[in-house]
Amino acid sequence: MPRGYAGKFLEVDLSSGDVKDVTFNDDVLRNYVGGRGLAAKILWERLGEKWESVDPLGPENLFLALTGPLTAIYPGTRICISGKSPQCNGIIGSTLSGEFPADLKCAGYDGVIVSGRAEKPVYILITDDYAEIRDASHIWGKEAIDTIRILNKEVRELLENKSPNAGKSKQPSIIYCGPAGESRVRTAAVLQKVSHAAGYGGYGAVMGSKNLKAIVAKGRKPLPDVANPVTVRILWREVDRRYCRRDRTFPGMWGTGYGGYAVGARTSSEPVRNWQEEWHDEKRFGGPKFDFRYWVKRYWSDFNCAGSCMKLAVIKTGPYKGTFTDNPDYEMEAYLGPNLGVFDPGECIYLSALMDYLGFSGINGGNTLAFAAELYQRGILTKEDLGFELKWGDVEAFEKLARKIVKREGIGDILAEGTYRAALKISEMKGVDVTKYAVHVKGVEIGAHGTRSGLDYRPIGYACSPQCGDHTSGVYDAYGDMWMVFADSAVVCSIVADRELIWDYYRAVTGWDITQEEWNRVLGHRIIHIQRAALLLGGPDIVWDPKIHDDNPPRFYEPLPSGPYKGKTTDRKTVEEMKRQYYEAIGWDENGIPKSEVLKKLGLEDVDKALEKLRK
Amino acid sequence: MNKNEVVWIARDFLKCSGCRRCEIVCSLHHEGKIWPEASRIRVFMLVPGVEIPHFCAQCNDYPCIPACPVEALSVDEDTLAVLVDREKCTGCGLCIEACPGNIPFLHPGDNKAVICDLCGGDPECVKVCQEANFDALILVRLNKEAAKRDVNRRLFAQTPEEFTKDVAVNLFGEKAEEVI
Repeated sequence: MPRGYAGKFLEVDLSSGDVKDVTFNDDVLRNYVGGRGLAAKILWERLGEKWESVDPLGPENLFLALTGPLTAIYPGTRICISGKSPQCNGIIGSTLSGEFPADLKCAGYDGVIVSGRAEKPVYILITDDYAEIRDASHIWGKEAIDTIRILNKEVRELLENKSPNAGKSKQPSIIYCGPAGESRVRTAAVLQKVSHAAGYGGYGAVMGSKNLKAIVAKGRKPLPDVANPVTVRILWREVDRRYCRRDRTFPGMWGTGYGGYAVGARTSSEPVRNWQEEWHDEKRFGGPKFDFRYWVKRYWSDFNCAGSCMKLAVIKTGPYKGTFTDNPDYEMEAYLGPNLGVFDPGECIYLSALMDYLGFSGINGGNTLAFAAELYQRGILTKEDLGFELKWGDVEAFEKLARKIVKREGIGDILAEGTYRAALKISEMKGVDVTKYAVHVKGVEIGAHGTRSGLDYRPIGYACSPQCGDHTSGVYDAYGDMWMVFADSAVVCSIVADRELIWDYYRAVTGWDITQEEWNRVLGHRIIHIQRAALLLGGPDIVWDPKIHDDNPPRFYEPLPSGPYKGKTTDRKTVEEMKRQYYEAIGWDENGIPKSEVLKKLGLEDVDKALEKLRK
Repeated sequence: MNKNEVVWIARDFLKCSGCRRCEIVCSLHHEGKIWPEASRIRVFMLVPGVEIPHFCAQCNDYPCIPACPVEALSVDEDTLAVLVDREKCTGCGLCIEACPGNIPFLHPGDNKAVICDLCGGDPECVKVCQEANFDALILVRLNKEAAKRDVNRRLFAQTPEEFTKDVAVNLFGEKAEEVI
């Protein structure tokens, strides 16, 4: 067993109640590392042959929560959530931060593989080299704060009773889904610590579909040994020196929470009113207003990271008194602020916290709320459809709508399917094409960075990415962009992942000799090809055609209507040219399908075989 | 360090980011590996956002010491820290009960009591917290005789639950009642 790994994975079949340990041989771990890479491998191996028929919300899908060898040892501890995505029907690696992965590794597990569906709500409790399925009917339906409070108390008591002399037990770590996940809302996230979410992919709904409310871990063993402790120690300090600056400048000082103003005002790439605009100069939405009025803790971190890009925001006065969330970070600020026509920091914090409590992905769910509001603005959705008016900036109305979605009431049942699927249904219902207002790529609502001003994200970053709308993992040249695939597979936070040091760090932890070159040219490509194959096979409800869907949403080609870059838009010719270059670099044919010889060279014969039917 | 001087770790829970790098360096120093559960300083987070670094406060009356039935605990005369004789310790847990803050705990490996020894007067946790510029842990130097008389130390021997309640009220206001 290579170093850096705890040595085994936990496999839980919720249908039969079977719990067992599984291992992967060194070859698999060396090639796929962990996290996103290993998720692609596991999903393809187990579901690849019948991929198109697997319902992401059916018992045959897998729910994966995987760490990597660098997790908890490298600053910035995250875990990668995956499965067949109910948003894109492909494979997305969606990571979230918190202590859960550290506790999991200390319990002796590198990850959890969940299959089947429990008859009643359950949670999985993991302690040292042991796991059990426990009843969760008392927390089913509970929002974030109650879920955490009840599980914390219950599990701490259990642990303290088990070793009555041992003293106070620390809190266990918990990943859970909120009420949105329970209702199988396709924009539901997997969450941790109230406000940390793995949003892209819709894996909260996968948890809900399995009747799995939470996975709770408390490990009391040490983290796995590393191959070269002295080197790791030096690199650990160096990463800290570079990213977790003593003087608390970026990212420690601002977090990304000052972006809500800056991205709109400077780069003109922030969604405003469902991306109808991307520019605003609302100084009252600026960082200091969040900072001095609401941030009660300016530096909030997760295990092993002194970067503290998070800030604890609490509203202490007024109608939203008692609300708390982190930051909100830039994406939440944008999606639950300007994109809903909200320019008041307190209101933005309230809506951001509401999305956390209900278990939405703030980006994906926020996108759907704005989509509905634009349809209301255009008179396509009416007061009769919604039950109330839905005007830009109306916090109360957006809250009502979010709760309707969670309960799947009326129009909420349609919007619970996510922006794109809702657009298809509403187009049919109203007899007008509303898909042009849906800002998504292949069913995944887009991160809060536009391409039109030309100053922020690359024109094909979302369009060709197997992560679709994910803003953290855009593609560009099939070489430099492989770095993010590595961060998601070794599972570290991309904000503190040092592109230079991470390779030495990885070698010092595992003792393996993988180089950046090998990763960027071979190992990373394998993972992308598997993700791509799964995405193109898709199904059962939607199948993507790369000729149509390897593209930005229509809105990204409308000229910017305001701001310093008024009139600018994403250039179609550039997109086509970059797409052509990317296809060639990664090894896809002119239709965007991975080439047979490329797959065979990488040893992915089964992927090649599965794609044969698409090449005809 | 001056022989008449001792150090004490002052703590500011409101400034603790929860990075837990103190747990990492503490366990590296004492155990040679990253072992959060064996760290002499343990960050409790009973409510998200409320981070309580929990470790021995060196009460000047040392209630833990007489509670030990096998005399495994003693005061380090150089640092005033409590030392655990791991040969003698039977893991009965009586020192934990005697501590007003239930601060000691049994080592997850061998079930012997674990108590902060101030790293012999040069605590690693403070260094890493200071390096990150959080100042949640601050090293104060005191005259040894004055330190022995300082009754305020024992006010820091509280349970994580007690500290959590106070810090939660400070951070969340009225909401604290609901989140605890």
